[in-house]
Amino acid sequence: MAQDPTSFERFIQGIIPENPVYRQLLGLCPTLAVTNNMKAAMTMAGAVAFVLFGANIVISLIRNLLKPHLRIVIFTLTIATFVTIVDRFLAAYMYSMSKALGPYIPLIIVNCIIIARCEVCASKQSVITAGADAIGQSIGFGLALASIAGVREILGTGMFFGLRVMPLTWPDWVIMVLPPGAFFTLGLLLGTFNLIESKMAKNKNKG
Amino acid sequence: MEKFKNNYIIQAWLVVFLSLCFGSALAGVQLVLSPKIEANKINETLAKVPELILGKEGVKRLAKEGLSLKINPRIIQIKKNNRIISYKVFQAIEKGKVSGWVIKSSGRGYADKIELLIGLNPSLNKISGLFIIEQKETPGLGNKIANLDFRKQFISKNTNTAIIASKTGATSPNEIDAITGATISSRSVCSIVNTAVKDLRSSLKKNQIKPI
Repeated sequence: MAQDPTSFERFIQGIIPENPVYRQLLGLCPTLAVTNNMKAAMTMAGAVAFVLFGANIVISLIRNLLKPHLRIVIFTLTIATFVTIVDRFLAAYMYSMSKALGPYIPLIIVNCIIIARCEVCASKQSVITAGADAIGQSIGFGLALASIAGVREILGTGMFFGLRVMPLTWPDWVIMVLPPGAFFTLGLLLGTFNLIESKMAKNKNKG
Repeated sequence: MEKFKNNYIIQAWLVVFLSLCFGSALAGVQLVLSPKIEANKINETLAKVPELILGKEGVKRLAKEGLSLKINPRIIQIKKNNRIISYKVFQAIEKGKVSGWVIKSSGRGYADKIELLIGLNPSLNKISGLFIIEQKETPGLGNKIANLDFRKQFISKNTNTAIIASKTGATSPNEIDAITGATISSRSVCSIVNTAVKDLRSSLKKNQIKPI
C-alpha cells in the first residue's frame, strides 16, 4: 500500500494540486450560489473552513473507534453539529449576512468537500495531519470562491468587496450577478485551469 | 457473547454517545445565542419604524432635538372569512401624541413570500413609508421592489382607495409605476399593502388605542 501523505503534503495538496473546486469538482452548490459578491463568498469560505476543521479534528480523534458501516452516520452527525453552530453564530453576530446567505449555510451539511475529507484523510490519519488537511482544503476552497466571486462582482456590479473599482461608465453586466453568470465564470475558469495544466504537462514531457 | 456483540444498539454506542454530546453542546450554543438572535430580529424592525413614519428628514430633526420615538409593539387580531388573522402593529408616540403607525404584513410575491412594513400617518388616511423586510424576487428585476425609487411612490398615497400598479405609467393619484419586467412583483406589493391597510384601518381607528 502506498504511504499516506504527510501533514505538509496534505496541506499543499488542498490549495492547488487537489483544489476542492477546480480539481475535485466538489462543493459546487455554494460555489455557484453565493459567489455574486466577495463578502458573501468569503463568509461562506470562512463557515466551510470552520466546519471542515472541526469535523476533521473530531473524526480524527475518534478514528480508531469508527466501524465501517456506521462511519457515514458519524461523519454526518459531526458535520451537522458544526454547521448548526456556524448558522446560529452568524444569525447572532452577522445578522444581515446570515439573511443574505439564507439556506446555503445549513446546506454546508451536504457539502461533499467535508465528508470527502473525513473519509479520505481524517478517518485514517493523525489529528495534526487532519488539521493540516482541513486548513489546506479550506484555503483552496476560499481561493476558488474568491476567483469566481471576484470576476462576477467586478463585471456584474463594477465593485469589489462593495468598493467601486470600475469607472462609473462601466455598464454593469447584470447577467454576471444572476445564476447564469456563475456557470459562465466557473466554466471559463475551469477551462483556463485545465488548459494551463495540459500545457505544463506537455512542456514537462518535452523536457 | 456473539449475540451481544452483534446487537445493533451495542454497535451504535458511539453514535448514541456522540449524539448526546453534540446535542448538549448545541443546546448550550442555543441558550447563549438565542436572546441575541431574537434581539436582532426585533431590532431590524424597530430600527425602521421612525423613518417609515417621519421620513428621513423627520428622523434627522428628531435626532437634532435629542428626542426619540416611543414605540409600542402590539398584536392586533381581526376576523376575516371565518379566520383569525393577526398583525403586528407598532404605534409610535412622540411627546405623548401618536405620531403614526407601522404595520408588518406579508403576502405572496412572484417567487416567494414578501414581508414588508407599512408606515401610516396618525389619522390612518395616508401612507408615510414602505419598507421591504424580506423578498426573494428575481434578482435584477423583481428585487427592485426593495429599492427606494419604487418604494417612495407609495409615500402620501391615500389609503381610502386601493393602490394600483400601472404598466403604462401612473396617471391617476392612486396609481404607481410598475417595475418593467416585474409587473407581478409590483402588483404583489400593492395588494399586500392594500389588504393590510383595509384589514386594519377600521380596527385601529375604532379602538383608537390610547398611548400607553
